Amino acid sequence: MSKKFMYINRKAPYGTIYALESLEVVLIGAAFDQDVSLAFIGDGVYQLTKGQNTKGIGQKSFSPVYMALGDYDVNKIYVEKESLEERGLTLDDLQHLVWEDEDEDYAEKDSIRLVSRSELSDVLDDQDVVLSF
Amino acid sequence: MKIALQINEGPYQHQAADSAIQFTKAALARGHEIYRVFFYHDGVNNATRLAIPPQDDRNITEQWIALQKEHNLDLVVCIAAAQRRGMIDEDEMKRQGKDANNIAEGFRISGLGQLIDAGIEADRLIVFGA
Repeated sequence: MSKKFMYINRKAPYGTIYALESLEVVLIGAAFDQDVSLAFIGDGVYQLTKGQNTKGIGQKSFSPVYMALGDYDVNKIYVEKESLEERGLTLDDLQHLVWEDEDEDYAEKDSIRLVSRSELSDVLDDQDVVLSF
Repeated sequence: MKIALQINEGPYQHQAADSAIQFTKAALARGHEIYRVFFYHDGVNNATRLAIPPQDDRNITEQWIALQKEHNLDLVVCIAAAQRRGMIDEDEMKRQGKDANNIAEGFRISGLGQLIDAGIEADRLIVFGA
């Protein structure tokens, strides 16, 4: 029996290591055949922004890893609408994350689901294991 | 109930490390089973045997060691998080060619799969810190 795992990402990608080490758990966890969702709330939405350049801070960028999540069957990525709006961001500012649906001849589908705060709380309510980073 | 803990913050810096110990004691006292304690992020620093807190203060690592001995707890330190923070055991010391090790007896180093496994097997996974 598989469980529903939810990884909540609340922090900006750099400044602290939480975002990177969250991603490391997600990638390892993907091998366990569980039902996996990710949520990005608060400053966590910055993790998905496109055009990141870490050269100035001398750190390796892990931004491209999010693009690979679809290949790991991690394709339920919830982004909280209010968190984007509070930061003056829209979906267009985020990377276009996709996955290929084996059941539909590998049709490319969007991974990101834009949800309101109250919709996200319903999603969270439905989870078995919630890890927050 | 079968309970697993994830500890995300280092000792003394953050209340999470103390809260996790107090929670563990309370859960055991109520007859719950602690399936595993998984140390992640700076939480791996809870496993150092080289810390020397002031004598009139609590010693967080020794509290874990005592609990581990008494209840045979499975204290797991994430290897990826540990390595980048200089937390290594004797095996890793030899394998990586380092000149010292610092993981206290009673803790074991293992991978993130142990955290996912804890999420699957335990009735509740409780996250402390972050």
